[in-house]
Order: sequence, then C-alpha cells, then structure tokens
Amino acid sequence: MQGGGAFQGPPAIVLDKVNKWYGAMHVLRDVTLNVAEKERVVVCGPSGSGKSTMIRCINRLETHQEGRIVVDGTELTDDIRALDTIRREVGMVFQSFNLFPHLTILENCTLAPIWVRKMPKAEAEELAMSYLERVKIPEQARKYPGQLSGGQQQRVAIARALCMKPKIMLFDEPTSALDPEMIKEVLDTMIGLADTGMTMVCVTHEMGFARQVAHRVVFMDRGEIVESGAPGELFENPRTERLKLFLSQILRGH
Amino acid sequence: MSQSAVTASEHVPTAAREQVKIPGLGPWAWARANLFGNWWSTAITLALGYLILRVVFGLVEWGLFNAIWSVPYSATGVPDTGVCQEAKGIGACWAVIADKYRLILFGRYPYDEQWRPLIAVLLFIGLYAVSAMRRFWRKELILIWIGTLTVIGVLMYGGVFGLPLVTEDFWGGLPLTLILATFGLAFAFPLAVLVALGRRSTGLPAVKLLCVLYVELIRGVPLIAFLFMASVMFPLFMPEGVTVNKLLRAQIAFILFSAAYLAEVVRGGLQALPKGQGEAADAMGLTYWQKTGFIILPQALRLVIPPLVNTFIGSFKDTSLVLIIGLFDLLTMGKVALSDPPWQSFSTEVYIFLALIYIAFCFAMSKYSRSLERDLNRSRLR
Repeated sequence: MQGGGAFQGPPAIVLDKVNKWYGAMHVLRDVTLNVAEKERVVVCGPSGSGKSTMIRCINRLETHQEGRIVVDGTELTDDIRALDTIRREVGMVFQSFNLFPHLTILENCTLAPIWVRKMPKAEAEELAMSYLERVKIPEQARKYPGQLSGGQQQRVAIARALCMKPKIMLFDEPTSALDPEMIKEVLDTMIGLADTGMTMVCVTHEMGFARQVAHRVVFMDRGEIVESGAPGELFENPRTERLKLFLSQILRGH
Repeated sequence: MSQSAVTASEHVPTAAREQVKIPGLGPWAWARANLFGNWWSTAITLALGYLILRVVFGLVEWGLFNAIWSVPYSATGVPDTGVCQEAKGIGACWAVIADKYRLILFGRYPYDEQWRPLIAVLLFIGLYAVSAMRRFWRKELILIWIGTLTVIGVLMYGGVFGLPLVTEDFWGGLPLTLILATFGLAFAFPLAVLVALGRRSTGLPAVKLLCVLYVELIRGVPLIAFLFMASVMFPLFMPEGVTVNKLLRAQIAFILFSAAYLAEVVRGGLQALPKGQGEAADAMGLTYWQKTGFIILPQALRLVIPPLVNTFIGSFKDTSLVLIIGLFDLLTMGKVALSDPPWQSFSTEVYIFLALIYIAFCFAMSKYSRSLERDLNRSRLR
C-alpha cells in the first residue's frame, strides 16, 4: 500500500506491478498505484522518470509488458472491445494540446460524441457549447485552433475531453508547453473541474496546483514510484534524498 | 514556422499588404530598384531583354505573320504542300493541323461517328470542372463520376441505342489519353491510399510486407517494361480461351504503376503528421477508420498536394508510353499523321499542336492545385 493520504472509495484505476521496457531500457519498474473514484492524484518527477509513460499506459497509448492495469473495472489487454470501453470513459489532455487543426473548435468537441457515443449532432453541439462556456470560450466555437492562443487551445482540449463525459481525466503535463502568462487560466479551469469531483490523474510540475487540488502526490524517478503522500506532508518532509534533490531543483526554478 | 509567416500575411488588409510588398512608388520605382540597380544588373537586364524580344518576335513572325493556314487540294484530295515547302524556315505550316486535326484528336475512330469521342472529351472536361468545384464535394460526386464514366464508355463503344459498335481497337487520340489518365488516376489514388496505410500499419505485418513488396517491385521496373509484360506476357499465363483486351490490360498496368508512386507520396504526408494527432483520436475512442478518415487523411493529403499533383501530371504524360504496345494515344496519332507523305516534313507544327494540348491539361492541373492548397490551408494558421 502507499503511505499517506489514503482516500476512501471504490478503485477507479489500479496499476499492479507494471513493467515496461523500450528495448533494453527499463522505463517502468514495478509501478503499483491505486486511484480511487473522485480521487485527484498529481504525479511529479524529473524528466525521463517515466511519469508520462505511466499515464499513457492507463489508456494504452503505450502498452505495458508486465503487470496488470485495471481501469473502471475493466482490465487492459489486447482485447479491442475492452480498450474501446476504457477509452470512452477516460479523457486525456496532452502537453501539445493536439487539437485537430483542420476542424473548428466546435467540430473538435463534437467529433467523438457523434461518432463514438452516437449522439445526435444537435445534442452534441449543445453539449459542446455548454462545456466551452465552462472553460470560458464559447465565442471561439466557429474558429479554428490555429486562431487561438495556447492557453485557449488547451482549455478547448479540456472541453473536448469532457464532451465524452468521461469518468476519469488524465492530464499529461498540460501547462508545460504554455507561455507563463497562460498557465494560470488553464490551471484555473482544472481547479474548476476538480471541484466537480472528477477523478483526475495529472502529471505536472505545478506545485501550487498540487497543494491546492491533489489528495495525493506521487513522486517518480527512474521509472519507479519513490514516494507518495498528501501534498503538504510530501513537500514539507521529503523522506528520500531523490525527492529532496528534485524539490530543491524545481523550487529554485520557480 | 515559415507557413505561419505566409498565412499570417494573408490576414493583413489588402491595402496594407501592397504597401509592405512595394516600398517605392509603383512599377517604375520597382524596376529601377530591381532591374537597373547598378551597371551590372542594368547590363544583364538589357542583354536578357534583347534576347527575349528576339525570340518572341521570331516566334510571332514564324507562327502568325508568315504562317500558311491552308493549302490547295488536288481533285483527288491530295494536298499540294508546295507553298509550305517554300515557306519552310520562314513561316509555320498550320495547314497540316487543318488537314489532320481530326485524325490526331480522334484517331482511327470512324470518321462519321467522331461526334461520339468529341462528346466524350467534353464530358471528361466537364467532369474535371465539376470535381474541381468545392461545393460539389459531396457523396453524390462519386455517383456523378460513375454515371459520367459509364456514359463515356457506352458512347465510345456503342452497340446499343442505335449506336454502331466501335471496338477499342479503333479508339485513339485525345479520348484514349483521357480515358487512360482518368480511369488510371481514379483507381490508382484510392489504391495508393490503402497501400500507404498498409505500409504504415503496425498490427498487420503480412499486409505491411505485401504493401512494401508491391511498391518496391513496381517502382523498380520501368513503365514500358511493365506495359510490355501486361501486353505480351500476361496473356501467356491466362487459361486457353480467356482474353482480356489490350486497352484494359494497359489500363490495369497503368493503374498499378501510378498507384505505387502515389502511395509513396501519400505515405510522405502520413509521416509528416505529428504523432499527437493520431494519439488524440485514439484517446477519444475513435476507431481506426474513423481516425484515418476524419483526422489523418484530411490533414496528410493536404500536406502533399504539391507532390501529389506532380505525380498526377507525370502520370498524365506517361500515358503516351502506351504506343509501345500499339495503342494510339494523342502523341502516337501525331506520329501517324506525320507519316502521310505530303506532310512528312512538318513535324514541328504537329508537335507544337500536341504540346499545347498537353500544356493546357497539365497547366490547368497545376494552377488548380495551387488554388486548392491556398484554400485548404487557410484554416491551418499554426
């Protein structure tokens, strides 16, 4: 079991001794992590520590080679149907936004609801507009992603993921590609989302965000989970040298 | 990055843009700055200007002022090309075109029935024009293509609706060229997309191997050799009594050949697309074909419009190689026209005529591709 911030509730994501290699490189070592429903977990660690790889294993953008991953009661295997079920319930926001540049903001948001959820177009557009309002950019709906700022694009990406009404949201360094003045608007959107009780796993270096939102912070280094615990406890009393070193480095940077 | 600079400038109001483009005052200032900036560029401007004017005047004089437009015919219909022979080197003899244009354009198609290939050519051109207009880019366009191509086939072949039967042995000239090119690219393009996707598939190694083999084998063989195989060797492998006509064999060879080249162009577009686009589609739960159809292909094909049209133009001109297996396309008909003894020495005029036809089609393609590129990339303001 992990130490610290135990959160009560049925499990949403279970990673059990997950191992992954890129050729000879061992990128995930016996990663075990349980995320409960409505729990918010922030994953941090130096670059190359495997945190992105881990989060991408949860919706199988990367495949793991050993261990078990169970999402919302469904185990991730080569079975396509299981994968479809999981991807329907898991939304993801990427570092580089990955909006579709040839589609309008609205079309970006309605594509998956229409084709994956088989929602009627009018209903999907209504839903998309309500989420665009929630991320505070409904007036941009007819524009193309290239006409928006980075912060606006990332907020659209969040709205796009929410349009699938996911049970779990994964964030893979959502603010790392943004100019400093745009980070806040995206973090505010994520904080707003956290208030709705969404299950969230977020890879980020934003320690202020972690303190404010996370139930638990997980520190990864060299492919393994080194420490985990409630944000206050973890940041104030790091138990390992690796975490101390990491914290001193990112605090100097801020 | 360079793209953003280009597209961003499109949003500058026209008046402001003009100002940016021309810092001076009108064409004279521009000419002074760019053509007569110093003695060296002045010298080059004058020398090149003189050469250009000489060539243009020479061509106009030869092609228009001194040209012979018609020649007298003897009672038996043999042209008397004496006037042309005298004017040789001084003026063009367009009389050869006036005499032979129907042979060149429609080949050995029965003379009285040549309205049929004429309508076929017009239908082809109409089909291109309709397909070029973006407001017709709907599912119905596929039906329009199937319908038009069927009508063209019936018109050319006949045998129904009181049209006398004209087998493909008598087809030739421009309709044959357009048939080979249009059917060729219409079938080659979808095949190319499938091959390109197959070549990049990770889950199906057998399909991937097949696609790689297909592209590499076909690219490794010259089109002429491939046409020869289709025309001479292929029938040897067929069971006794089964024959596939020569045009169809050439057409299939042409499709397979063009598709291999197009597949590589499409693959280039697929590779240029950021990986995140496919990942985002995957993460949303789109199926492979939804992802490919809505996200990957629309973007990948846009990226490769220039090389795609380049290959289209190349393929269009490659149709002239079918002469090697005895099909009479436009270029071959020019040669046939020149084999008539009175006109034998006027090949320049005939080839200029043919070149103009090829240029008209190829230039239309390239001009259209540029406007398409501009329109489609307008939304992509990254």
